[in-house]
Amino acid sequence: MIISIIISIILVAMALVVLRVFYGPTTYDRILAANTFGTKVVVLIALLGYLAEDTMFLDIALIYVLINFITTIGFLKYFKHHSLGKE
Amino acid sequence: MEDFLNIAGWVCIVAGIFSMFTGAVGIWRMPDFFARLHPAGINDSAGLTLVLLGILLHAEFGFVTGKIILLILFSMITSATACHALARAAIHSGMKPQAKILTRKRKKNV
Repeated sequence: MIISIIISIILVAMALVVLRVFYGPTTYDRILAANTFGTKVVVLIALLGYLAEDTMFLDIALIYVLINFITTIGFLKYFKHHSLGKE
Repeated sequence: MEDFLNIAGWVCIVAGIFSMFTGAVGIWRMPDFFARLHPAGINDSAGLTLVLLGILLHAEFGFVTGKIILLILFSMITSATACHALARAAIHSGMKPQAKILTRKRKKNV
């Protein structure tokens, strides 16, 4: 019961962050909000695993943290240098 | 001991959820990019760490403990690095913190 309320609070917070991705004035605002959204998704996956009592969800969360980091750095490099390879 | 771990876990989870919701509201309400970095940092460090610590206190000792400790470790390293890289890239692109907006709003409130 209480875990369902907590998951719905997380979903409302994710909606606020998506609004910032949509309205953000600059590119860096959007990248920051996307990074925060990834963090919230990790917590959501961990809480769903707690709700389902399945430990395999934690492996997915572990991979998601690392993919989130690589995504942020990749977007930053693309928007700064306008290419992902060497200059 | 069982009751103590249960209550401590719920306290950690609720505190972490409070941090995450506050971080989301801050990212939506703050006036500037450099001001928005602060709630994002709270969300990454305090929120995720406290929620996962609460789940760790509720779970039985075993593989789950190691996985959650690894998750907290990776997230603490990568989120700080990502925030730093973001602020550095914004500074190098010529963005300046807008202090004027803050002072004008504060004067209007007084």
